[in-house]
Amino acid sequence: MELLIALIPALPLAGFLFAVLVGPRLDHVPIHGHGHTDDHHGTDTHDHEVDDSAFRPVPTEEEQRATSPHAGHADDLANAEGADGVIPADLSDGLGQAGHVTTGGERPRYRSWIIPTLFVGISWLISMAVFVQVIFGGQVFEVTIYEWIASGDFVINISFLVDELTAMLLLVVSTVGLLVHIYSIGYMDGDRGFWRFFAYLNLFMFSMLLLILGDNFLMLYVGWEAVGLCSYALIGFWYKKPSAAGAAKKAFIVNRVGDFGFGLGIMMIWVNLGTLSFREVFDQIGTLDVTTITVIALLLFAGAVGKSAQFPLHVWLPDAMEGPTPVSALIHAATMVNAGVYLVARANPIFAEAPVAMWTVAIIGVFTAVFAAAIALTQNDIKKVLAYSTVSQLAYMFFALGIGAWTAAIFHLVSHGFFKGLLFMGSGSVIHGAGGEQDMRHMGNLRAKMRWTYVTMVIGSLALAGIPIFSGFFSKDEILAEAFNRGYLVFYVVGTIVAAMTAFYTFRMIFMTFWGEWRGPAAVWDHIHESAPTIVAPLVILAVPTVVLGLILGIPPEEGIIHGWLEPIFHDVTYVGALPGSILDGYNQRDETHHFELFGLGGLLLLVGASVAAAGVFLAYRWYVQRPESAARFVERIPLGLGPGMYRASANKYYVDDIYQLVWSRGGVLVSNALWWFDAKVIDGAVNGAGWLAATIGGALRKVQTGRVENYGLGIAAGLALVILVYATVVR
Amino acid sequence: MGIEGYLIVSTLLFGIGVFGFMARRNAILMLISIELMFNAVNLSLVAFNAYLPPANNAGAVFALMIMAVAAAEVTVGLALVIAIIRTRQTSEVDQYSDLKE
Repeated sequence: MELLIALIPALPLAGFLFAVLVGPRLDHVPIHGHGHTDDHHGTDTHDHEVDDSAFRPVPTEEEQRATSPHAGHADDLANAEGADGVIPADLSDGLGQAGHVTTGGERPRYRSWIIPTLFVGISWLISMAVFVQVIFGGQVFEVTIYEWIASGDFVINISFLVDELTAMLLLVVSTVGLLVHIYSIGYMDGDRGFWRFFAYLNLFMFSMLLLILGDNFLMLYVGWEAVGLCSYALIGFWYKKPSAAGAAKKAFIVNRVGDFGFGLGIMMIWVNLGTLSFREVFDQIGTLDVTTITVIALLLFAGAVGKSAQFPLHVWLPDAMEGPTPVSALIHAATMVNAGVYLVARANPIFAEAPVAMWTVAIIGVFTAVFAAAIALTQNDIKKVLAYSTVSQLAYMFFALGIGAWTAAIFHLVSHGFFKGLLFMGSGSVIHGAGGEQDMRHMGNLRAKMRWTYVTMVIGSLALAGIPIFSGFFSKDEILAEAFNRGYLVFYVVGTIVAAMTAFYTFRMIFMTFWGEWRGPAAVWDHIHESAPTIVAPLVILAVPTVVLGLILGIPPEEGIIHGWLEPIFHDVTYVGALPGSILDGYNQRDETHHFELFGLGGLLLLVGASVAAAGVFLAYRWYVQRPESAARFVERIPLGLGPGMYRASANKYYVDDIYQLVWSRGGVLVSNALWWFDAKVIDGAVNGAGWLAATIGGALRKVQTGRVENYGLGIAAGLALVILVYATVVR
Repeated sequence: MGIEGYLIVSTLLFGIGVFGFMARRNAILMLISIELMFNAVNLSLVAFNAYLPPANNAGAVFALMIMAVAAAEVTVGLALVIAIIRTRQTSEVDQYSDLKE
């Protein structure tokens, strides 16, 4: 069993190597024909300009004419303008059922997915076996493979730790990872970088598994940086598209900001404790003083803020949607962005000793939750809605971590990983079906043509909105109930408002996409079709945990089976002082005597949660199905005429990007210019000045060299006379 | 007659040497003027040696050493001057100004 654990990350690594070495030979892409190539992505322009016309859910005719799928918003499987011109060639191409090849030549052939997907599949099987052993067998694996670094006191082993927390993440990462691989077979069909895509996916799986399996901070850090690298490579997968290349750089750089803090935190742990192994660090952390622990915790949290896209480092995640949709589903919804939550949960003994750090985590979580949800309300790009929703939901998890509700956070992580993965893959299916259209204003009535996608996405949306019996309902309401029980009433109220906003924007997305009338070009409508089986199958599979996970893990609420599983990890975290914001005094400890009562406080909280979710869904139905004009009317009716301004602020993401552009980009240029001026004028001036001085003095002295011996003789005589004079007058 | 006479002669000799060095244009005459200055110094050294309390005849020894050095100097100097005169076909030192600024 021990060696099998090492195989979990090793197999995807082997798959990566295989795909890189052999992949290019297994794919055969004809130069012409069969839809899209990378080159076409390079020509796509992506400008989601936000203007007042966005008020209207239904676009005017001018807008319709202005925005054909050729003009803007073409993404992912973007339409090929090549081939036969009028209708994108791949609209009629099924996925994996390549119907026709427009200009002669051979049929394309893609086989490089086989080995990578197979390896990830085997890795998944082992993961599930380990999961069962750990969760149901109560076994904790600690496997040391070999000594990696041995430099004096600095000893780091390659060793794996699989406890209940890791097992929960293993469940999400392996399952969603495998499904995304299957999904990508159909989704990426026809892309020139097919083998490259699978190579990156496998490298990502390796890194992510390393991240969650490692038993020391350094392995966690290595995996952490490696997933960042894979994220960069996959966001910029269509590297000829400037917006994608830019988004990739942005993600990488913004992550660096947080990772810098994370690295410093690890160094501080090493300096203070002389070890990086989780077990030893957590055993000894109590010996440090509170200030040091707080600094360490805040530095670690800085890394989490970057990786999990929390305010103020949230800006990269929405832009990361430039990547292919399977990447968004895997990396930017279900796995990598959870790494920050995992880090804080894993380091819970450190955070529990630092109330200020806990409070920071909670505040950032609550603020980001409401902030991102407020942006998601007005986004028109289907993937952007989901991206901001992801930021908001991750913020819920941090909110839970910050108030000490560790188990609730991990519960939400697991359920969110499944249903958000489902939603992203569903949105990919929609985008694919609608011919590369991502703007929801140009969609509608897709449920008539994409029945499977519609049903599965509605299931995912119900979970996200927090409608009872779906997984999101249990996990989200558990967080809210914990906040209430621990006395964080303000946090509870804000969280409940966010829940209503979540339900609203989720179903706004569903209604705009699947209901109403088709608002895109009529020519595209005829080509819309349900996606291929390899795309639909993962949706259906993911719909299962979305429905049943909450029922299995979360009943009874606050004491569900998941609490028993994660008890060994979190039970020793007792101290979380009364943080500011709690109305309770003293210890913020889980009250063992408190039990959930369906016909008591607990049931009431559930009822409130379900009601606000239902209200959000109802409002979305009313505004986007029944009376499409009422959303705009509501905006106008906001008192003091603030409505349009508020709408614009939300649609423009509260100008955070613009502020960063101003402060960091422009400011950076200004500072650079100032430094350049200093370098050119002062530093170089001093150097050149020294040379100039020597040259000038030397030039003056050159005149002395007349070449006439008499003059030299005169000089000597004059000198002699001077010496005598001085001797005669001064010395005497 | 005491040491003053020797010193007056020595000073006169040195002054003639300085004047000759500065007034003449001929390289060989300039060398000769330098020799005059050497000998003026030598004269004063031996005079001091004779009239001041003797310290191991340091003045005389120093005078002997100056003669040796002067002989070596004039050998090298004359050889150089003759080499220049051969290439330049002139002994006037104003013509030797190739290395001026």
